[in-house]
Amino acid sequence: MAALQVSAAPRIQVRGLGKVFDGETRVVALDAVDLDVADNEFVTLVGASGCGKSTLLRIIGGLEYHTSGEIVAAGRPVRGPGADRAMVFQHYSLYPWLNVVENIRFSRQLAINREHLTSSDVEVAMGRADALLDLMGLRSMARAYPTQLSGGMQQRVAIARALMGRPEILLMDEPFGALDAQTREVMHDLIRHVFKLERATIVFVTHDVEEAIYLGQRVVLMAPRPGRIDTIYDVPLPAQRHQDMKLDRAFLDLKKAVVERIRETSGMKTDFELLDKLSRAASST
Amino acid sequence: MTTSASARPGLWSIRGPISRNTFWTLAAIGLLTPVLLWWGIALSGWVEKVFMPSPAAVWDRTLIWFDEDNLVGDAIISTYRVSAGWAMSAAIALPIGLLIGTFRPVQALLEPLTDFVRYMPAVAFIPLVMLWIGIDEGSKIAIIFIGTFFQMVLMVAEDVRRVPTPQIEAAQTMGATRAEVIRLVLLPSAKPALLDTLRITLGWAWTYLVVAELVAANSGLGYAILKAQRFLQTDKIFAGIILIGAIGLVSDQLFRFLHRKAFPWLHFK
Repeated sequence: MAALQVSAAPRIQVRGLGKVFDGETRVVALDAVDLDVADNEFVTLVGASGCGKSTLLRIIGGLEYHTSGEIVAAGRPVRGPGADRAMVFQHYSLYPWLNVVENIRFSRQLAINREHLTSSDVEVAMGRADALLDLMGLRSMARAYPTQLSGGMQQRVAIARALMGRPEILLMDEPFGALDAQTREVMHDLIRHVFKLERATIVFVTHDVEEAIYLGQRVVLMAPRPGRIDTIYDVPLPAQRHQDMKLDRAFLDLKKAVVERIRETSGMKTDFELLDKLSRAASST
Repeated sequence: MTTSASARPGLWSIRGPISRNTFWTLAAIGLLTPVLLWWGIALSGWVEKVFMPSPAAVWDRTLIWFDEDNLVGDAIISTYRVSAGWAMSAAIALPIGLLIGTFRPVQALLEPLTDFVRYMPAVAFIPLVMLWIGIDEGSKIAIIFIGTFFQMVLMVAEDVRRVPTPQIEAAQTMGATRAEVIRLVLLPSAKPALLDTLRITLGWAWTYLVVAELVAANSGLGYAILKAQRFLQTDKIFAGIILIGAIGLVSDQLFRFLHRKAFPWLHFK
């Protein structure tokens, strides 16, 4: 049956993408990047700092411009930001003058949602905000202001706000990077749940390998100088994930492989000789 | 002395805690000490009355000023001049500062110019202002405007620039247009800082009052101070200065009150 074909055109197509900063020193942030992200796929980007994972994400989001190659997202060439590609940031993105539910409804204030608006649309939108409050466990916080929330709660609001306009693609730039380990685990299961319910396509940038494997269907490992895609790993986990899987053989093997590869590509390693010399110098004084 | 089990940080620990009582006791000491010193010196007779009148003399002079010399009228006309100069400055500085803080070409066009002009002393503009505007109310307001405007533009621009980039980018990835980003993100986000800028610049506007009333004034607190100088009425100079300070303090507190009312999310404990 044709309707069951999985091989629809990818949601995101990146072809020969390059970005060069021409400053006092020429920096190649991205070099010849090719990447396809399928509809309703969860892809995570990892890599050593300077590998261009955030830059790639921001280019997909239209917040930065590439200097060569092409990129098509949600069926259109990327020319700046748009409501089809919502972004969740690490922090400082909530509007402190709006309470939780007002933040979530922010996109309803935009003209993009006012054109040809009918009263039933408004009703649907109000119901959507309510559903998102429940989905993200924010019901009791609906009238609170962002400054009154913990970091984890703030990120729940940011995710709900990004989902409000039903974006085809959800871009997440280290959204849990500032959270403590326990909150992070809760957020991981939450975002997997959201992924399943909303059927969005998610591209997720992180420096945490465990997070990348636990969340993604594929882990894209990027390498620095110049920023490029090094290896793409398929994650051998079922769609329904739970925390115990982090101790599975297959999970740990993949984690080891990814961590080692990042170490190799980063060009940084612990200099035992130097450490030895330093401690000898310190003890002789 | 033994070390107690609860190691409560002392009064002099860096950014240490302070109890309410201690705070207000120290504040009272800070406020009253200069007054008492002043009183003491005046009473002791070390300094001649012409140089330093006693607080009582200043108080008496203030009452005379109030009864016979239209103190209220002076205060009102001065408040009017300061408010008018400051409000005109705000009316122009807010949109221009918003544009400088939002669009880089506008910044390139106007910021270096503003930076240059703001170092020019407002006082030195008096002859020009008299020549161009004349010697009536307009010129006094113009001096206060010149003293306030250029600083205000730069501060407004900085307030707008301080809006966190993720707030702007989040709106853009929700489909906000340029006008919507300005109206729904930049302005509401910068508002608390803008109100602070208005409060601070109103204080500066008051400092230009005496200068402004150098220009052919025949009323106002600044004018009264200048006239008192001519007649060596030191007590009236003191009274005028303290009055200006008091009006400034009241308006400052009004702004702070407004800040707490308008931006409750910034004042949660």
